Amino acid sequence: MAAPRLIPCLDVKDGRVVKGIRFQNLRDAGDPVAQAAMYQDQGADEIVILDVSATPEGRGHAVETTASVRQVLSIPLTVGGGVRKVEDALALLEAGADKVAVNTAAVQRPELIAELADRFGSQCTVLAVDAAQRTDGDWEVVVHGGRTRTGRNVERWVRSAAARGAGEILLTSWDRDGTRSGYDIDLIEAVTAAVDIPVIASGGADNADHLEDALSSGATAVLIASILHDGVTTVGSLKRQLLANGTEVRP
Amino acid sequence: MNTDVVIVPTGTANTASVIAAFRRLGAEPRSAGNPEEIRDTDYVVLPGVGAFGAAMERIDEEGFRETLVDRIEDGRPTLAICLGMQLLGEKSDESPSVSGLGVVPESVTRLPQDLTVPQIGWNRVIPDPRSRFLDLGWAYFANSYKLSTVPDGWVGAQTEYGGEFTSAIERGDVLACQFHPELSGSWGADLLRRWLDGAESRS
Repeated sequence: MAAPRLIPCLDVKDGRVVKGIRFQNLRDAGDPVAQAAMYQDQGADEIVILDVSATPEGRGHAVETTASVRQVLSIPLTVGGGVRKVEDALALLEAGADKVAVNTAAVQRPELIAELADRFGSQCTVLAVDAAQRTDGDWEVVVHGGRTRTGRNVERWVRSAAARGAGEILLTSWDRDGTRSGYDIDLIEAVTAAVDIPVIASGGADNADHLEDALSSGATAVLIASILHDGVTTVGSLKRQLLANGTEVRP
Repeated sequence: MNTDVVIVPTGTANTASVIAAFRRLGAEPRSAGNPEEIRDTDYVVLPGVGAFGAAMERIDEEGFRETLVDRIEDGRPTLAICLGMQLLGEKSDESPSVSGLGVVPESVTRLPQDLTVPQIGWNRVIPDPRSRFLDLGWAYFANSYKLSTVPDGWVGAQTEYGGEFTSAIERGDVLACQFHPELSGSWGADLLRRWLDGAESRS
């Protein structure tokens, strides 16, 4: 079977890596090319770059960043942020992305998912979903960096996205993002039960036990950011702990 | 050393990663403009992302079919990646009415339905010990379809995903990989290097 992937995520704003808590209070975390190369050397299985400036400010440097990172990267690269139409995705793919993630624009216009899947294939089309738990326990899709609640049910949304041709779900728990309190396991279980396509768990990782929890709950990959950017641990160290605990990863 | 590598434009493929990988190895990759370039260039890459039918349609429109078949039959340095490997087959479940290149007498079938499909991620490649290019290691896959057996006259590698499938085949200086060597880290870069070097040493 395919091994679970450990995927460092670089949130990039104006060409610099940033990290915040629940998408706010962004602080500088370095140069995306140097960071991508460092994580690749540590054994990262893939890199995700999300241009967080793209949605709120309507602009991004994602194409230039993608082209620069591609030169040094010999592992898969997924890029998202500000993709509103097929041409936006094409520009990122031509710059060197292997997959493109869509989020807010797909919520506003779900046909975008089918347009991307038809043109580039499902394996290129990632739906990023930011999920916030409601007081009644259900999860709701949030957009615009969590500032806008859509009222849309997360499980129904991912199911319809998969039917439209999404090849992968990048599932971020808004409640856990940047908190280092562990992934939202109930959310992962609900979403992996709803779809057959791969689900990347995101939001809340602090240690190898958290990764293991997410992977044993149905996620096929885990996104990691804060603990890597803050130098708390490395991809290599996390992989060694997973291997020691019997979870097979690419060494 | 100027190693010319031409990449067959299959229309749907994202070739930036392939181009970057060959540049890191010191080669000079470019996109093929006409069938003569595919005939006359030392190294040809047949990449592939997207659908079987759309890629074959583009190959036929551009008139690439015959030159591709010829150089593969002759064992000249040709690297087929992902969908590119499937295009070597006769046909595919993905686009049942479309003829592949047919240099491999095989049909391409879907991965088992009860698994997460597409397979996206790293998986083990276990090659036949007689392989010239292929080596044991981990490769990155993104596929929903596959070849099931190693055709006569070829040497192959196996990978496990709900049962074994053929993850690569080689014959002469032709190498076809269901995985993406350009995205398979240093293991993939080493494979591309062996293909460039090994093919050169025989030419």
